[in-house]
Amino acid sequence: MSLTEKEKTVVRDFFGKIVARSDDIGTESLTRLLVVYPQTKSYFDHWKETTPYSAPVRKHGINVMGGIYEAVGKLDDLKGGLLTLSELHAFMLRVDPVNFKLFTNCILVVLSMLFPEDFTPQVHLAVDKFMALLALALAEKYR
Amino acid sequence: MVEWSDFERSTILDIFANMDYDVVGPKALARCLVVYPWTQRYFGNFGNLYNAAAIMGNPMVANHGKVVLHGLDRAVKNMDNIKATYAELSVLHSEKLHVDPDNFRLLADCLSIVVAAQMGTAFTADVQAAFQKFLAVVVSSLGRQYH
Repeated sequence: MSLTEKEKTVVRDFFGKIVARSDDIGTESLTRLLVVYPQTKSYFDHWKETTPYSAPVRKHGINVMGGIYEAVGKLDDLKGGLLTLSELHAFMLRVDPVNFKLFTNCILVVLSMLFPEDFTPQVHLAVDKFMALLALALAEKYR
Repeated sequence: MVEWSDFERSTILDIFANMDYDVVGPKALARCLVVYPWTQRYFGNFGNLYNAAAIMGNPMVANHGKVVLHGLDRAVKNMDNIKATYAELSVLHSEKLHVDPDNFRLLADCLSIVVAAQMGTAFTADVQAAFQKFLAVVVSSLGRQYH
């Protein structure tokens, strides 16, 4: 399941449209991941706190969104373009890939919540595919 | 048995009490058919599902969306025994309709997204957690009688 050229345009356009709220989206998505799927907190033992909207959550949410926007800029070759990020996740972070799906669920809910008119079923489809491909690219170096 | 906190119980009751079934049902099912096109396999006799616009405007899809959403009412009224409540429906989906149970999860995901759009910021992280927990129990119960 790869992105069609039309879907790539949809993804670029949508993410371009919402870039001003990128920090909020990242914070909100990560907050929800930690609340809705509490087992994900296991990756953040080293943080002072994992409470919703707290400073470490906000900082990291913004960080993750930065990665997502980097991927939006590399839609024509996600695997190649995200090699370094993949190595980071594979050898250092070792985040179980099942969590990419959980995070995707959270970000889709946030996008739907904040942009109910723009997050149409067609946009949802393209973004869902993009997130799935992004997760695959991140898992590329795992084994 | 599933344990529900007071917050979870009242959240679920609230969401369904304020739900516009005629809007949310059709939107959720249509979204599922668009975002996960392989789910269209169960709706061969629904007429035109050729593209997103056709799906979203299809009256049979809209109608069936309402039916499915009202199907959740039973779980809302019997939150302490959703598994037993859906035993018969589970058998129906398995033996008569032959629906792969993973589809229940896909539709549940789309329902969360539609409800999030309807509720806006009122769909807080805690509300999302409660709603998704409820849907997960429903999904599990509907798949329970498959063999």
